[in-house]
Amino acid sequence: MKKYPFDWKRLGQLLSTVLLAIAGGCATVQPWERGTLADYTMRPDRDELSNSFAEHVYFTRESAAGGRGVGGGGCGCN
Amino acid sequence: MPTIIQRNVRNVAFGLILVAGLASSSALAEPWAPGQSLPSLATFALEGTLPDLANKVVLVDFWASWCGPCKASFPVLDALQKRYASQGFTVVGINVDEKRGAMETFLKTHSVSFPILRDARQKLVASAEIQGMPSSYIVDRKGIIRNVHAGFKGADTEAELIREIEELLK
Repeated sequence: MKKYPFDWKRLGQLLSTVLLAIAGGCATVQPWERGTLADYTMRPDRDELSNSFAEHVYFTRESAAGGRGVGGGGCGCN
Repeated sequence: MPTIIQRNVRNVAFGLILVAGLASSSALAEPWAPGQSLPSLATFALEGTLPDLANKVVLVDFWASWCGPCKASFPVLDALQKRYASQGFTVVGINVDEKRGAMETFLKTHSVSFPILRDARQKLVASAEIQGMPSSYIVDRKGIIRNVHAGFKGADTEAELIREIEELLK
Protein backbone atom coordinates (compact mmCIF):
# COMPACT_ATOMS: atom_id res chain seq x y z
CA MET A 1 0.00 0.00 0.00
CA LYS A 2 1.29 3.40 -0.94
CA LYS A 3 1.77 5.72 1.99
CA TYR A 4 0.77 9.33 1.44
CA PRO A 5 2.75 11.95 3.36
CA PHE A 6 0.59 14.34 5.38
CA ASP A 7 0.48 17.59 3.48
CA TRP A 8 0.49 20.49 5.96
CA LYS A 9 0.55 23.03 3.15
CA ARG A 10 -2.65 21.67 1.67
CA LEU A 11 -4.30 21.68 5.10
CA GLY A 12 -3.25 25.29 5.58
CA GLN A 13 -4.73 26.26 2.24
CA LEU A 14 -7.95 24.44 3.02
CA LEU A 15 -8.29 26.12 6.42
CA SER A 16 -7.60 29.55 4.91
CA THR A 17 -10.27 28.98 2.29
CA VAL A 18 -12.80 27.92 4.91
CA LEU A 19 -11.89 30.92 7.09
CA LEU A 20 -12.28 33.27 4.14
CA ALA A 21 -15.65 31.80 3.28
CA ILE A 22 -16.88 32.15 6.87
CA ALA A 23 -15.42 35.62 7.42
CA GLY A 24 -17.08 36.85 4.24
CA GLY A 25 -20.46 36.03 5.81
CA CYS A 26 -19.99 38.43 8.71
CA ALA A 27 -22.35 41.38 8.51
CA THR A 28 -23.48 44.13 10.83
CA VAL A 29 -27.23 44.62 10.74
CA GLN A 30 -27.65 48.36 10.89
CA PRO A 31 -30.43 49.94 13.00
CA TRP A 32 -32.39 50.89 9.86
CA GLU A 33 -32.24 47.32 8.51
CA ARG A 34 -33.97 45.68 11.46
CA GLY A 35 -37.52 45.67 10.15
CA THR A 36 -37.61 41.89 9.92
CA LEU A 37 -36.04 41.47 13.36
CA ALA A 38 -38.60 43.85 14.83
CA ASP A 39 -41.46 41.81 13.44
CA TYR A 40 -43.98 40.44 15.93
CA THR A 41 -43.14 36.85 14.98
CA MET A 42 -39.56 37.41 16.15
CA ARG A 43 -40.69 38.12 19.73
CA PRO A 44 -39.76 35.34 22.15
CA ASP A 45 -42.87 36.05 24.24
CA ARG A 46 -45.43 36.15 21.43
CA ASP A 47 -47.29 33.02 22.59
CA GLU A 48 -48.13 32.96 26.30
CA LEU A 49 -49.46 29.40 26.29
CA SER A 50 -46.37 28.03 24.59
CA ASN A 51 -44.27 30.03 27.03
CA SER A 52 -45.93 28.49 30.04
CA PHE A 53 -45.47 24.98 28.58
CA ALA A 54 -41.81 25.67 27.98
CA GLU A 55 -41.47 27.04 31.52
CA HIS A 56 -43.10 23.92 32.92
CA VAL A 57 -40.85 21.56 30.97
CA TYR A 58 -37.80 23.57 31.99
CA PHE A 59 -38.84 23.53 35.66
CA THR A 60 -39.54 19.78 35.58
CA ARG A 61 -36.23 18.97 33.96
CA GLU A 62 -33.94 21.42 35.73
CA SER A 63 -35.74 21.88 39.03
CA ALA A 64 -35.22 25.57 38.47
CA ALA A 65 -37.27 28.32 36.94
CA GLY A 66 -36.89 31.79 35.54
CA GLY A 67 -33.96 33.38 33.77
CA ARG A 68 -35.83 33.72 30.52
CA GLY A 69 -36.41 37.42 30.65
CA VAL A 70 -34.31 39.48 28.29
CA GLY A 71 -34.93 43.07 27.31
CA GLY A 72 -35.75 43.97 23.75
CA GLY A 73 -36.35 41.98 20.62
CA GLY A 74 -33.34 43.10 18.63
CA CYS A 75 -35.05 45.85 16.66
CA GLY A 76 -32.49 48.38 17.83
CA CYS A 77 -35.18 50.77 19.03
CA ASN A 78 -33.78 52.80 21.95
CA MET B 1 12.27 27.89 -4.95
CA PRO B 2 11.53 30.90 -2.67
CA THR B 3 13.51 31.23 0.52
CA ILE B 4 11.77 31.10 3.89
CA ILE B 5 11.99 34.91 4.21
CA GLN B 6 10.43 35.45 0.79
CA ARG B 7 7.64 33.06 1.65
CA ASN B 8 6.94 34.78 4.96
CA VAL B 9 6.87 38.21 3.35
CA ARG B 10 4.36 36.89 0.86
CA ASN B 11 2.20 35.42 3.63
CA VAL B 12 2.26 38.62 5.68
CA ALA B 13 1.31 40.65 2.59
CA PHE B 14 -1.56 38.29 1.87
CA GLY B 15 -2.74 38.55 5.48
CA LEU B 16 -2.65 42.35 5.38
CA ILE B 17 -4.67 42.43 2.17
CA LEU B 18 -7.21 40.07 3.73
CA VAL B 19 -7.55 42.17 6.89
CA ALA B 20 -7.81 45.40 4.89
CA GLY B 21 -10.49 43.87 2.69
CA LEU B 22 -12.57 42.74 5.66
CA ALA B 23 -12.18 46.10 7.40
CA SER B 24 -13.24 48.11 4.35
CA SER B 25 -16.27 45.92 3.74
CA SER B 26 -17.65 46.60 7.21
CA ALA B 27 -16.56 50.21 7.63
CA LEU B 28 -18.87 53.08 6.64
CA ALA B 29 -18.30 56.81 6.54
CA GLU B 30 -18.31 58.80 9.76
CA PRO B 31 -21.75 59.31 11.33
CA TRP B 32 -23.32 62.77 11.21
CA ALA B 33 -22.25 64.77 14.23
CA PRO B 34 -22.97 68.20 15.72
CA GLY B 35 -20.95 70.92 14.01
CA GLN B 36 -21.04 69.51 10.52
CA SER B 37 -23.26 70.72 7.70
CA LEU B 38 -26.36 68.81 6.78
CA PRO B 39 -25.71 67.27 3.34
CA SER B 40 -28.05 68.44 0.60
CA LEU B 41 -31.05 66.11 0.82
CA ALA B 42 -31.75 66.72 -2.87
CA THR B 43 -28.73 64.64 -3.84
CA PHE B 44 -30.08 61.43 -2.29
CA ALA B 45 -32.96 60.78 -4.71
CA LEU B 46 -35.58 60.68 -1.97
CA GLU B 47 -39.18 59.88 -2.86
CA GLY B 48 -41.57 62.73 -2.12
CA THR B 49 -41.39 66.49 -2.35
CA LEU B 50 -38.51 68.11 -0.54
CA PRO B 51 -39.68 71.27 1.26
CA ASP B 52 -37.71 74.51 1.15
CA LEU B 53 -35.30 74.30 4.07
CA ALA B 54 -33.43 77.55 3.43
CA ASN B 55 -33.03 79.69 6.55
CA LYS B 56 -35.15 77.30 8.63
CA VAL B 57 -34.53 75.36 11.80
CA VAL B 58 -35.04 71.75 10.70
CA LEU B 59 -35.57 68.54 12.61
CA VAL B 60 -34.60 65.61 10.36
CA ASP B 61 -36.19 62.47 11.78
CA PHE B 62 -35.38 58.97 10.55
CA TRP B 63 -38.25 56.56 11.22
CA ALA B 64 -39.78 53.26 10.10
CA SER B 65 -43.23 51.76 10.44
CA TRP B 66 -41.89 48.72 12.35
CA CYS B 67 -40.27 50.80 15.08
CA GLY B 68 -42.36 51.27 18.24
CA PRO B 69 -40.58 54.36 19.60
CA CYS B 70 -40.98 56.02 16.19
CA LYS B 71 -44.72 55.56 16.56
CA ALA B 72 -44.55 57.12 20.03
CA SER B 73 -42.56 60.08 18.70
CA PHE B 74 -44.99 60.96 15.91
CA PRO B 75 -47.59 62.87 17.98
CA VAL B 76 -44.77 64.82 19.64
CA LEU B 77 -43.12 65.73 16.32
CA ASP B 78 -46.50 66.69 14.89
CA ALA B 79 -47.16 68.96 17.87
CA LEU B 80 -43.72 70.57 17.43
CA GLN B 81 -44.45 71.19 13.77
CA LYS B 82 -47.79 72.84 14.53
CA ARG B 83 -46.36 74.91 17.37
CA TYR B 84 -43.22 76.26 15.70
CA ALA B 85 -43.87 76.18 11.93
CA SER B 86 -44.86 79.84 11.89
CA GLN B 87 -41.49 80.79 13.42
CA GLY B 88 -39.44 79.15 10.65
CA PHE B 89 -39.22 75.57 11.84
CA THR B 90 -40.04 72.33 10.11
CA VAL B 91 -39.80 68.64 10.79
CA VAL B 92 -38.71 66.46 7.85
CA GLY B 93 -39.60 62.81 8.35
CA ILE B 94 -37.35 60.39 6.47
CA ASN B 95 -38.92 56.97 6.16
CA VAL B 96 -36.52 54.02 5.82
CA ASP B 97 -39.05 51.22 5.33
CA GLU B 98 -38.03 48.69 2.71
CA LYS B 99 -41.60 48.56 1.39
CA ARG B 100 -43.49 51.67 0.44
CA GLY B 101 -46.78 49.96 1.36
CA ALA B 102 -45.69 49.61 4.99
CA MET B 103 -45.10 53.35 5.20
CA GLU B 104 -48.40 54.20 3.54
CA THR B 105 -50.38 51.91 5.85
CA PHE B 106 -48.68 53.46 8.87
CA LEU B 107 -49.38 57.01 7.69
CA LYS B 108 -53.07 56.25 7.22
CA THR B 109 -53.44 55.69 10.96
CA HIS B 110 -50.77 58.16 12.08
CA SER B 111 -51.25 61.16 9.87
CA VAL B 112 -48.94 64.09 10.50
CA SER B 113 -48.71 67.65 9.25
CA PHE B 114 -44.97 67.62 8.49
CA PRO B 115 -43.52 66.47 5.14
CA ILE B 116 -42.47 62.83 4.80
CA LEU B 117 -39.82 61.68 2.35
CA ARG B 118 -38.88 58.09 1.67
CA ASP B 119 -35.27 56.95 1.55
CA ALA B 120 -36.09 53.93 -0.60
CA ARG B 121 -32.48 53.06 -1.37
CA GLN B 122 -31.41 53.74 2.24
CA LYS B 123 -28.53 55.89 1.01
CA LEU B 124 -29.27 58.89 3.19
CA VAL B 125 -29.69 56.85 6.36
CA ALA B 126 -26.46 55.01 5.61
CA SER B 127 -24.72 58.35 5.14
CA ALA B 128 -26.06 59.56 8.50
CA GLU B 129 -25.08 56.21 10.02
CA ILE B 130 -27.74 56.53 12.69
CA GLN B 131 -27.15 54.70 15.97
CA GLY B 132 -30.74 53.68 16.70
CA MET B 133 -34.32 54.07 15.60
CA PRO B 134 -35.68 56.68 15.55
CA SER B 135 -32.83 59.19 15.20
CA SER B 136 -33.31 62.90 14.88
CA TYR B 137 -30.97 65.72 13.95
CA ILE B 138 -31.68 69.35 14.76
CA VAL B 139 -30.23 71.67 12.16
CA ASP B 140 -29.89 75.43 12.61
CA ARG B 141 -30.81 78.16 10.10
CA LYS B 142 -27.35 77.97 8.52
CA GLY B 143 -27.66 74.24 7.83
CA ILE B 144 -25.33 73.12 10.62
CA ILE B 145 -26.29 70.06 12.66
CA ARG B 146 -26.53 71.19 16.29
CA ASN B 147 -28.03 68.25 18.19
CA VAL B 148 -28.36 64.53 17.65
CA HIS B 149 -30.94 62.29 19.34
CA ALA B 150 -30.70 58.52 19.03
CA GLY B 151 -33.92 56.87 20.16
CA PHE B 152 -37.05 58.48 21.59
CA LYS B 153 -37.38 58.43 25.38
CA GLY B 154 -40.83 59.98 25.81
CA ALA B 155 -41.20 63.18 27.81
CA ASP B 156 -37.43 63.50 28.37
CA THR B 157 -36.69 63.64 24.66
CA GLU B 158 -39.67 65.95 24.09
CA ALA B 159 -38.37 68.42 26.67
CA GLU B 160 -34.90 68.35 25.15
CA LEU B 161 -36.26 68.90 21.65
CA ILE B 162 -38.36 71.87 22.76
CA ARG B 163 -35.42 73.44 24.58
CA GLU B 164 -33.06 72.98 21.63
CA ILE B 165 -35.56 74.19 19.02
CA GLU B 166 -36.50 77.29 21.03
CA GLU B 167 -32.82 78.09 21.51
CA LEU B 168 -32.23 77.98 17.74
CA LEU B 169 -35.39 79.94 16.90
CA LYS B 170 -34.38 82.89 19.08
